[in-house]
Amino acid sequence: MASSGHGSGRQEAADRRLRLIAGHLHPRIAASECKAEAAESDPVRAKTVPKRRQEVMKWNGWGYSDSRFLFNKKGQAEFTGRRYRLGGLIFPSLKDWFESTFGANLQHKSPPTAALNSSAITPPNLNEPFLQDLKSMGIPHSLEAEDRVFRAHGHCLHEIFALREGRFGRLPDMVVWPNCHDDVVKIVELACQHNACLIPYGGGTSVSSALECPPDEMRSIVSLDTSQMNHILWIDEKNLTAHVEAGIVGQELERLLNESGFCTGHEPDSMEFSTLGGWVATRASGMKKNIYGNIEDLVVHIKMVTPRGVVEKSCQVPRMSTGPDIHHFIMGSEGTLGVVTEVTLKIRPLPEYQKYGSVVFPNFEQGVACLREVAKQRCAPASIRLMDNAQFQFGHALKPQVSSIFTSFLDGLKKFYITKFKGFDTHRLCVATLLFEGDREKVLQHEKQVYDIAAKFGGLAAGEDNGQRGYMLTFVIAYLRDLGMDYYVIGESFETSVPWDRVLDLCRNVKERITRECKERGVQFPPMSTCRVTQTYDAGACVYFYFAFNYRGLADPVHVYEQVEHAAREEILANGGSLSHHHGGMALHDEGSRWGTSAGIWAGARIRF
Amino acid sequence: MLSRREDFRDILEERRTSSDLSHALKSFTRVSSRASPPCSVSTLNKTVLESQHLHYIMQEVSKDTGEPLEAIREEAAGILEEMSQNLQLGYIRFLGFILSKVFKRLFRKINVNEEGLQRLQQAMQESPVVLMPNHRSYVDFLVLSYLLFTYDLSIPVIAAGIPLMGMQLIGEILRRSGAFFIRRSIGTDKLYWAVLSEYVKTILRKDFAPVEFYVEGLRSRTLKSLPPKLGMMHMVLEPFFKGEVYDISLVPISISYDRVVEESLLAYEILGVPKPKETTMGLLKARKVMDEDYGNMHVCFGHPLSVRDLAKGKVNRKQYNLIPRDLPMKPSESIHAFANTTAHLVLRLQQDNMVLSPWSLMATILMQNLGGINLKLLTKQTVWLKWLVLDFGALVDWPVQVADSEVMSSGLSLHHSVVRCEGDQVLLAEQKPQRGAAPEEAVFRRAVAVLMCASYRNQALHVLASPAMLSVALSLAAASSRADIYNLYAFLREMFYNEFIFIPDRTGQDFEEACSLLQKCGTVQIINQNIMVTDKGLSVTSFLTAAVEPFIDAYQVIFRYICSRSVQEFTEKQFISGIRTFTLNLILTGEVKSYDVLSSETQKNALASLVRLNALTKKKREEQTYFSPNKAAIGRTADILGKKNSKIMCRLGRNSSCCVTEAPVMPVEQDSPAPITFIS
Repeated sequence: MASSGHGSGRQEAADRRLRLIAGHLHPRIAASECKAEAAESDPVRAKTVPKRRQEVMKWNGWGYSDSRFLFNKKGQAEFTGRRYRLGGLIFPSLKDWFESTFGANLQHKSPPTAALNSSAITPPNLNEPFLQDLKSMGIPHSLEAEDRVFRAHGHCLHEIFALREGRFGRLPDMVVWPNCHDDVVKIVELACQHNACLIPYGGGTSVSSALECPPDEMRSIVSLDTSQMNHILWIDEKNLTAHVEAGIVGQELERLLNESGFCTGHEPDSMEFSTLGGWVATRASGMKKNIYGNIEDLVVHIKMVTPRGVVEKSCQVPRMSTGPDIHHFIMGSEGTLGVVTEVTLKIRPLPEYQKYGSVVFPNFEQGVACLREVAKQRCAPASIRLMDNAQFQFGHALKPQVSSIFTSFLDGLKKFYITKFKGFDTHRLCVATLLFEGDREKVLQHEKQVYDIAAKFGGLAAGEDNGQRGYMLTFVIAYLRDLGMDYYVIGESFETSVPWDRVLDLCRNVKERITRECKERGVQFPPMSTCRVTQTYDAGACVYFYFAFNYRGLADPVHVYEQVEHAAREEILANGGSLSHHHGGMALHDEGSRWGTSAGIWAGARIRF
Repeated sequence: MLSRREDFRDILEERRTSSDLSHALKSFTRVSSRASPPCSVSTLNKTVLESQHLHYIMQEVSKDTGEPLEAIREEAAGILEEMSQNLQLGYIRFLGFILSKVFKRLFRKINVNEEGLQRLQQAMQESPVVLMPNHRSYVDFLVLSYLLFTYDLSIPVIAAGIPLMGMQLIGEILRRSGAFFIRRSIGTDKLYWAVLSEYVKTILRKDFAPVEFYVEGLRSRTLKSLPPKLGMMHMVLEPFFKGEVYDISLVPISISYDRVVEESLLAYEILGVPKPKETTMGLLKARKVMDEDYGNMHVCFGHPLSVRDLAKGKVNRKQYNLIPRDLPMKPSESIHAFANTTAHLVLRLQQDNMVLSPWSLMATILMQNLGGINLKLLTKQTVWLKWLVLDFGALVDWPVQVADSEVMSSGLSLHHSVVRCEGDQVLLAEQKPQRGAAPEEAVFRRAVAVLMCASYRNQALHVLASPAMLSVALSLAAASSRADIYNLYAFLREMFYNEFIFIPDRTGQDFEEACSLLQKCGTVQIINQNIMVTDKGLSVTSFLTAAVEPFIDAYQVIFRYICSRSVQEFTEKQFISGIRTFTLNLILTGEVKSYDVLSSETQKNALASLVRLNALTKKKREEQTYFSPNKAAIGRTADILGKKNSKIMCRLGRNSSCCVTEAPVMPVEQDSPAPITFIS
């Protein structure tokens, strides 16, 4: 975050720049009434994430406290809680898959430290004048250890691993909960005035280390929690836009818009917990981007509070050509330039019909060729993903117990047809999962078109169930990571964007590199190293990697993990991929010289307003 | 380097006791690498012709020449047809049967390091493999396929020169045994280059089969490593740089012969009598070579080199990101340097694993005693040399539990074509010129005998080269300071860069190694940044200096010749014929005693060195290369080299009390006044 501690020369220059920019922008609107302070009965109010998030969510793992995978007394995997469709289900093949994939053993447990010990936490380094002024303004805040710990991290492996071991680095010294844009303006002004450091906090799902407090930060660090700013302020049905506060969580935004017959269609895998502001700050991408677009396509207007004032455009229009687009400075800035408070998004009428599907290919090469053709013909469905064999096996291990003998008989028949009759090798075949959306008529037509292309590449339609299960995997993967960590297995995902002709080579080389690096660094059992082509574009694709290994016998597993991940990223770059497609990663780019990407220079030249 | 005592096994032993037919018909299961399913020859060729890279080039050529794309495509298909191998297991079996018979007849033993084969098998399972043998004989060509067949490993496809294809029947048999044929002078034929490189790269990408090629480009007539050719090297490295394969393994393979089948041709070829064209009839006529005994052959499979490991920190693969991978791209400087260093490294590793025969040690001694030498003395000195090269880390095939005299006589009788014994004296076998022949004829015959012997000396020369450069540097240096000696060493290394194959950018390392080798055997002592020859070490440095003396003399003659000419420019052809007449006269007058100067290889190497040292400028005009000399620079170079003889005997480290290790003293005859004489 910017602070006021700079020389006056720089400040003048910054002021000049700000005035210049302000010329393009709308004069600051007088603060409108805070919606959050309005009546509780406000119809477009989202279900609020509680201020004390630890009451419903895990403080040292992913998601809701009541929802988790575990191996029950019979050694079967089950998922607890009632929040998800999976709640209470048994997954009979997960144990075998888990043990054989990782060489793990249910006898060898690595449980986390039981509870958060508040007394072990360093007391906050308070900025008294800031605190006094904040109190006088009546903005809610907390100095409690649990609240501070909760906001000191994202969901990178090293962050969660440290929490499970009860280790804490530098924590925010306090948490504030602004209720609306004007509160944020006041907080930012106070921070500038009293030289405090602000870190905006939305859903806390960051995997780019952006929430980590710099250990050497001397100022008081204030975590600005946007969770209370979660209203849809208006819906413009004529222009199909909605103006929404940035703290709203993805699933609530979608639920509320659905009630009015609309949707944004933006569905990143983290949408249960991630917020609109977070999406803007990290250049997020949604699963159904083929229809709705990525966040940069969806955004019409952004309001951001910076230490030098509020930045926004003076109109809400589809396109402008007066200089560089200010939105593109904001998107991907990961909270370094200011706090995104309100966003106008495109919305669409709810689709009439939705249908999952899946295609089995004899091998990954054929599958990629098919996706490339689909992209070439520009007929990609809402979502099309191609999982490699290992990920297909993974997905298969998550098949819940089937209740009827008939279904399992059918499954057997399908398998027989594919492997024996069609001659697919179960260790080479791979699966594409599909999601179609739109008018019923058009969906069916579209479906046929895609299946026809698939057939040219040896693909066989493999049913809706397989497709749906494929998507489920991406939503529960973070819960599964917690399960792995209970049994000496650590893992993480990372992703890249790559030209079409390099997709196959990149996938093969990166997976191989991971396997070999693990071996070299003393990992006892071969790691799981798997990928899927998760998005298609005209000029390339997005590839998503999962990588996990059994760390028994390693002195510093997180360090090994980080070295291997670093090697994998180096391999990605050497094969023509990017550091990230949608996870973000200014922290990665900050190592610009190390990676040798021009992005490093970009981040080095921090833009200040 | 190989662990020195890796066991060799004679594969002919089994062939002599069991049926060749059942060997040829044995079940052969290719130990297949990774998951990729095998692809057929026709699929391979189709992939090449349909490749994007070839498509771009064909479009370009079509634009350049104005011919329709269709015609160009047909031309490309024709090139591919001429080039393509057609590997069939049946022919390998057929050839296996024939080769069993032939090899048993020619060789006493074919020794193979089985551990190397195990490593190769491992490497084949991990990544595409490139087999890189040295090339000393036509026998090299098939012995590897024969071995890999015997050991159930994937049969390689082999880059061969197109003349081989011209041999009726044989060409086709070779093609079906995995040979693919490359034209000798491709020059700037864009389309040909494109087809060839796409062909080689597709084989690697698809892991169709191991690729075998000779990085020396040609069969070495001098039996010394040739400077590497980089064309194929670039082709096999590129799939890794572009990420098309995870890694590539380069396997240096050292094939050593006690006696080379084509030995009688070597000297003629070196002297510029063109080699006979390969024809089937020629091969049949060569049948009399079948009646000769060629001793042992050693095939040593080195440690596979991972290109990925070699390239770490040297090549930034991101340079390929900003241009489509199928577009032709000129290799960057770093890529070129890497290919060059890697090729030199492979050559060095080939040399390290060569197995020296007692005969090549004898030849080294004989070359210093061209007037003949007493057998007992030859024996003593050869045994002495054996210990020296063992100290230097060489592999020597010296039979154990056999008397040294036995080893010597066996070596001499095997090489009756090179040496003869007259009483106690060992002399070069030299054809007497016909009566009345011109004196030049006598020189020529003498040269044939000397160069034949020199070839076998050359088999051992790589072991001695670096310490010999150090010895010469010690003799040239005005003072004993390490820095001076290092500078001279570096100069000599540059001078003889192509002659002895040094790895680029490793001067410091090589210098240290040479110092420690000589220090280890007590030849030099290093005190306070001074390097001094010990009393007893003098015989070693003198011997080493004498070993490379013929080359130094040869270069001096060449420098003199170039400086004596008044022309501003000359072509290689003009140079070669001119230097021959020039030298002939000098030899006739007795002024020059080195016959290596007559070797066209040495002449070409010297030219290349002068170009490297910027004493010659190379210009290309109208498809012809011209050299223009900088005589002052050549003169300076000649001066540095010329200081040697006067100084060598007078500068000695007189402090032998510090000497820890006893230096091995070269045995000499008691009554011989000048034990080590210089030839010139």
